[in-house]
Amino acid sequence: MTAEATNYPSTWRRPPQVFTTRTTRYALYGGIVLYLILASLSIDVDWQRVYIGLERGQRFVMGFLQPDFTSRWNEIVRGLTESLTMTLTSTVVGVLISVPIGIGAARNLVPAPVYYVCRSIIAVSRALQEIIIAIFLVAMFGFGPFAGFLTLSFATIGFLAKLLADDIEEIDARQAEAIRSTGASWFQLVNYAVQPQVMPRLIGLSLYRLDINFRESSVIGIVGAGGIGATLNTAIDRYEYDDAGAILLIISGFVLIAEYGSSTIRKYLQ
Amino acid sequence: MLRIEGLTKTYKTGDTALRGVSLEVPTGQILGLIGPSGAGKSTLIRCVNRLVEPSSGSIMLGDIDLAGLNRAELRRQRRRIGMIFQEYALVERLTLMENVLSGRLGYVSFWRSLLRRFPGKDIQRAYQLLDRVGLIDHVDKRADALSGGQRQRVGIARALAQEPELLLVDEPTASLDPKTSRQIMRLLTEICAERDLPAVVNIHDVPLAKQFMQRIVGLRAGEIVFDGPPSDLTESALTTIYGAVDWNTMRKEDEEKQEADAETDRQLAEIA
Amino acid sequence: MSEISHYSELWTHRTPKSRLLRWTGWVALVALFIWCWQLMTANTIWYFVTDAPRQAADIGSRMFPPSLAYIPELMVPLWDTINIATLGTVGGVVMAVPVAFLAARNTTPSATFLRPVALFIIVASRSINALIWALLLVAIIGPGLLAGIVAIALRSIGFIGKLLYEAIEEIDHRQVEAVSAIGASGAQILSFGIVPQITPAFWSISIFRWDINIRESTILGLVGAGGIGLKLQASLNTLAWSQVTTILILILGTVIVSEWVSSKVRRAII
Repeated sequence: MTAEATNYPSTWRRPPQVFTTRTTRYALYGGIVLYLILASLSIDVDWQRVYIGLERGQRFVMGFLQPDFTSRWNEIVRGLTESLTMTLTSTVVGVLISVPIGIGAARNLVPAPVYYVCRSIIAVSRALQEIIIAIFLVAMFGFGPFAGFLTLSFATIGFLAKLLADDIEEIDARQAEAIRSTGASWFQLVNYAVQPQVMPRLIGLSLYRLDINFRESSVIGIVGAGGIGATLNTAIDRYEYDDAGAILLIISGFVLIAEYGSSTIRKYLQ
Repeated sequence: MLRIEGLTKTYKTGDTALRGVSLEVPTGQILGLIGPSGAGKSTLIRCVNRLVEPSSGSIMLGDIDLAGLNRAELRRQRRRIGMIFQEYALVERLTLMENVLSGRLGYVSFWRSLLRRFPGKDIQRAYQLLDRVGLIDHVDKRADALSGGQRQRVGIARALAQEPELLLVDEPTASLDPKTSRQIMRLLTEICAERDLPAVVNIHDVPLAKQFMQRIVGLRAGEIVFDGPPSDLTESALTTIYGAVDWNTMRKEDEEKQEADAETDRQLAEIA
Repeated sequence: MSEISHYSELWTHRTPKSRLLRWTGWVALVALFIWCWQLMTANTIWYFVTDAPRQAADIGSRMFPPSLAYIPELMVPLWDTINIATLGTVGGVVMAVPVAFLAARNTTPSATFLRPVALFIIVASRSINALIWALLLVAIIGPGLLAGIVAIALRSIGFIGKLLYEAIEEIDHRQVEAVSAIGASGAQILSFGIVPQITPAFWSISIFRWDINIRESTILGLVGAGGIGLKLQASLNTLAWSQVTTILILILGTVIVSEWVSSKVRRAII
């Protein structure tokens, strides 16, 4: 038996799975290496600065381990209140606006012009980062949570209206047909055929967005749109790392609560 | 030769799957394990190579007690035992060659296996085995591109690549159609005969067991209730193993299966 | 059929109790909204808000036409931005892979000690936005690309780690069982039984994160972490709105291209 085994080849190479020709493969490897070299060259590191920074980093870690909740407590409470109120109001307003826009962006419910208008609103809202929107709104509405509220509402529209519209486009067409065949009007159609099918998802998505909005509310303060981010920014600017540590811990705690809470409620609703 | 003595397994949940099973499998014998689901067939097979940890008892393969080994020793001893699975359990995204070569993992270093640099001898053997199971033309295909019967052939080749002294076969045909099932069973029995290899085959299909096994052991509720040649497997023996109700429904299913089988054969004959 | 009067004329969708609960819920939400709204807008200067349309018109008129002459100056920062995203993703992946294996229930070497540590790393990384990471790192190691890369990498650990460890927990256990029945060592089980199963998920998660990182790295410059965001910050500070438009168009273009690239690559690999 072993004697006959020698008739078979004794080498085997694993055939390449993705890039099957040798030249493309080597070109790809070469390209990656070249890119990594070029990209690393573009990093201009001031090692002396990094060295000084390490000591600061140490202080920051210490600040994290011994967070100071007390000395800036009032500012923290104010920032947190702004963040939380901003989150809730913007989610509610965002959801209220995204429902009509979402319906308008569903191809199976509305005429083409309405569809294109609504889809463009969604596209603009999704393409721009929250931070960039916040910069503009702060420039227009002045510093403070109102600009933040507008930012998050606008971002919510892009997120929710798109998912809602995609959902409506995927509903069971037979149910809609059945309702339509009873002679129902457009509003009755939406109320009886569409709403029952997408409502649970809409509530789930709103809760999910509530969670996202809280995360974002802690960031947009950096550009002046209020919230806990502004408090954090000040603390870091003044090198008060024990305060920064405290704020970061509070943010993480709330993010965890929001994430866990919203996923639990969503599970419960389904 | 495999000698199991007083093997007992109680799961953490408190279910006792095996109650003092003793069994001896001499070299070259193909033994079929039958019994209703939950009788402990799968547990028994998995206790031998300790994919399931036995609670008490001894499992002698040659003169080594597998039940008493530490992890490193167990690894070394597992090389001597080839296993074939119900759902093939191939690494789906690897090629056939890699799957068969993986049978040699116990013999090569981690780095060699990582870089797929297996010794030339192993590669020759893998080619030979793939040829033996009729898949030499598909060496570089990925396992997930094969049909069920072909995958089980790869499973057999992988087990044989270990050059095992014992084959454990867990429901080899449960996911296959009747015709392919018989082809696989025939291949298995031929290969065991070629190598004088003992095998413990866990099988739920009684007619198939009768046709291909040399000896049949019936398990019920974790105890051996039948042990003998297939010819002794009478209606009453089957009733002891399966219980009256179960056996009748099973027989009906088997009749249906045989009819379907005959149907398939007819169709195939027509095509040919 | 003819006599229907003995059936009730009243039919309600829900039991009175559940209706009451629902209404209470909605009323509570409205009350909460109003309360939050008042808290949030307590310090809002309404003059700025009413003045906003005029401000918007003013900014809008300054934004157009975009200053095309500014584009050549933006090429190097754009290159930096892409490098931040790519190198940051690579760094994130390198750190996330071991964390994911430590966090997955079926591969963790110690469920009592290492798994909680790994999960904590994932949570900490996820709950802090890339911009906040950048803010911290700029304070610690100084402004520049390095801070941006590290910020992106740190933020990516949690995202990639979480998705990857979920993928590891969902693998087909039978393949692993088969490889261990052969007599393979722990490392061999990993490389033959587990790695091939999670490779597709690994690539798709990494590319997905790279796409997100391109978006995020465009704004890191706002806090001094290099890239095109630095130019954005400079233009905003000097109120050079036509340059801002140019930068925004460039960012949008980059995001669209990166989305296209990532969908192409994902399709090629999987």
